[in-house]
Order: sequence, then structure tokens, then C-alpha cells
Amino acid sequence: MAVLFANNNSLSAITSLPASISGGGMTLISTQTASSSSTISFTSGINDTYDEYVFKFYDIHPATDDTSFEFNGSSDGGSNYNVTKTTTFFNAYHNEAGNSTNLGYGTGGDLAQSTSFQRIIAGVGNGNDESGVATLHLFSPSSTTFVKHFISVSQRLSQTYSVNDYVAGYFNTTSVVNAIQFKFASGNIDSGVIKLYGIS
Amino acid sequence: MALVKYNNNSISAVTSAASIPSGALVPIKTLTASSSSTLSFVHGSSDVVLDSTYPIYVFKFINIHPSEQEHLFFNLSIDSGSNYNVDKVSTLFQAAHNEADSTAALGYQGGHDLPDSGSGTADQKIANNLGTDNDENFCGEMFLYSPSSTTFVKHFMVRASYSEGTPFAIDYYIAGYANTTSAINAVIFRMNSGNIDSGKIKLYGIKDS
Repeated sequence: MAVLFANNNSLSAITSLPASISGGGMTLISTQTASSSSTISFTSGINDTYDEYVFKFYDIHPATDDTSFEFNGSSDGGSNYNVTKTTTFFNAYHNEAGNSTNLGYGTGGDLAQSTSFQRIIAGVGNGNDESGVATLHLFSPSSTTFVKHFISVSQRLSQTYSVNDYVAGYFNTTSVVNAIQFKFASGNIDSGVIKLYGIS
Repeated sequence: MALVKYNNNSISAVTSAASIPSGALVPIKTLTASSSSTLSFVHGSSDVVLDSTYPIYVFKFINIHPSEQEHLFFNLSIDSGSNYNVDKVSTLFQAAHNEADSTAALGYQGGHDLPDSGSGTADQKIANNLGTDNDENFCGEMFLYSPSSTTFVKHFMVRASYSEGTPFAIDYYIAGYANTTSAINAVIFRMNSGNIDSGKIKLYGIKDS
């Protein structure tokens, strides 16, 4: 085993740190890249290591036009994605023509004690330049005492509309949530990247 | 200059390495509630940093659970926690949806914002009627910008998800500013009455922002 020396006091050759040194509060756990994927599932790394997990979504692009990007949780490691949820949904939009704007609650986008998938980017277009981006926070998924809250914000181009969706709610279970799946309501995830981080 | 050697390949004896990038989100302090009447972050006390070291601070709320069905508040101090009474101007709106699926709404929450009755020094609400069922809790985050500025007011933004007693899912948004050019050096969180039964509040600094 080669003995490594510091080249000087800067320790510039070190590429990883011992556990005793803080690596910062936000740790990249895993990255998945869609390629005509029917689903993308995170079945590892979601546990009690962190109090908060954050998913970042980059240029999520559907194969099917005007379909919603949605998620669900699993309490059995990904065998079933069907955790009961109660959620809220609202959005703001404005079209490129500048003649249509709104801010309002979307009753078609929320869930009440439902095991269905929850949309976080509603109605993404499949034009070549159309996509959606988002951030989803998931709190304490391994708690066996409390429900598990999540909050998300997304931005998308849908047809000629700029749309800003806000979702929040909770997995209404005291079982752990240990896997999360993402998919479009119809068709594949043509392309896009999802990154999972832990917040220490 | 002494030659520094690793004690082995794990360099396990190294306790600091400032030149190695460590990420922009820096954990500062975690407070864990245990039937706590207040949770306070005071700069210079108990390893808390809340000054010009970071331009943005973030508080994370993890599973806050009250002893009574009540409101959760925060306030700010310019005298290291002797008084929590900084004047504030804020907005507050929410999306709400109940489990029975009979009510869903988005709207401004007059009466939850500040100033109230002409005064903005009262505590700012960040949860309304937080439920006390065993599985009910409050999670979210609060950003505090440039608390040490002696030029500008200090802005804050909160987004939180919680279960209101009825039960409703609530998506809560608060934003505003501490209307002072004095430095903010302490923050307190407390229920309207009763205790914070359990939960954690974690303070982070954001570097290079």
C-alpha cells in the first residue's frame, strides 16, 4: 500500500474526506437519466440517514404531448407504489401571446386520501423545445411516528404557456416510505435527468 | 514547515481541511425540541453563527409536533435574544385541501400577516392550528437574507407543509421583511401556547451566495 504524503499544507491531492470532516449539508446520493423510460424509480438511499431528501429535475421531456409528470411512494422497497396521500395543487400561468394569465387552485391536480400518483409537473408538451424542471422536498421518510410531508415547485413550457405549479401534502402513513417512482401519466419519459440529494 | 503525513490512508486524524471544497450548504446548529417552550438561535451562543459569515441562512423544520393544537410563530432580535420584538411587514397565503375532499382553496390569509392592529412587532405565524394527533407534524424551511446588514431591511421567506387539526393538508407561504437597519442576531420559535413537544429545527448557512 503506497503511503500518501501531503504535497504541502494544502492537502491538495486528497479526493475524499474522512467522516470526521464535514462535507457540507447537501449530499448527492444518485442520478438517473431518462431514455425513453416508462418509469424512473429510486429504491435505495431513501432511509433515515437524512432528515430531508431533495429531488432535482432537469429538462423532463415526455414522449406524449400534454401529459403530467407524477410521483408516488412505496413502503415496501418499490414492490408497490400506492401510498395514501392528501395534497394541494395550484399554479400560475401566462401565454406567449400575452393575452392569458391566471393564478388559481387546481382541483384536478390534488388528491384526497388517494393512492394514485401525484402530479408535480402538469401537462408538459412534447415539442422539441418543451420540457419541465422542478424541485421536490421529502421530509423524514423513515419516520414511523409521523406522516411524511413533501413540497414541490415546478416550471414548464406547455404548448405556448409558461406554467408554474406548486404541490404540497403528505403521505398519510406511519410506515416508512423507502422508494419513490416517477412517470408520465401517459407514455414514456423521453429524456431528462433526476438527481437525489440528502440534506444532513 | 513541518512535513504533514497521513497517519494512514484514511487520514482519519484530520479534523479540518479548509482548502477542500465542502459544499455551499453548511450545517450550523440543530435544536431538538423536548416539551420545549421555545427554541432559540442566538449568535455566539452554543456554537450558533448568525452574522455576516453567510449572506443567506436557512432554517429547516423537521417533524415539529405541538403539545396543544395551536399556532407556531417566529420572531427576531437585535439584542442577542433579550427581546424578540423586531418590527415586521409580511404576506401570507396558503393552499388548503381536506382529507374529506370537500374543501380546496388558495387564498390570502388576512389576519395572519403583519402588521396587525398597526403593530408589526408581534410574533409572525408560520403554522396555523397545527394538529396534535400522534402522526401530525410540520415540515418546511425558512430563508433569512443578510441578517447582519446595517443598510437594508432583512427579508425572510417561508414555505411549509403541515397537517391542520381538521385534518387539512396546508401549503403555507410567508414572506416579508424585518423593518430595521439594525443587525438581526437571534431568532426564536415558539407556540402560541403550550410547548413544542418534539421535532428539530436545523440552521444552515449558504456560502458564496
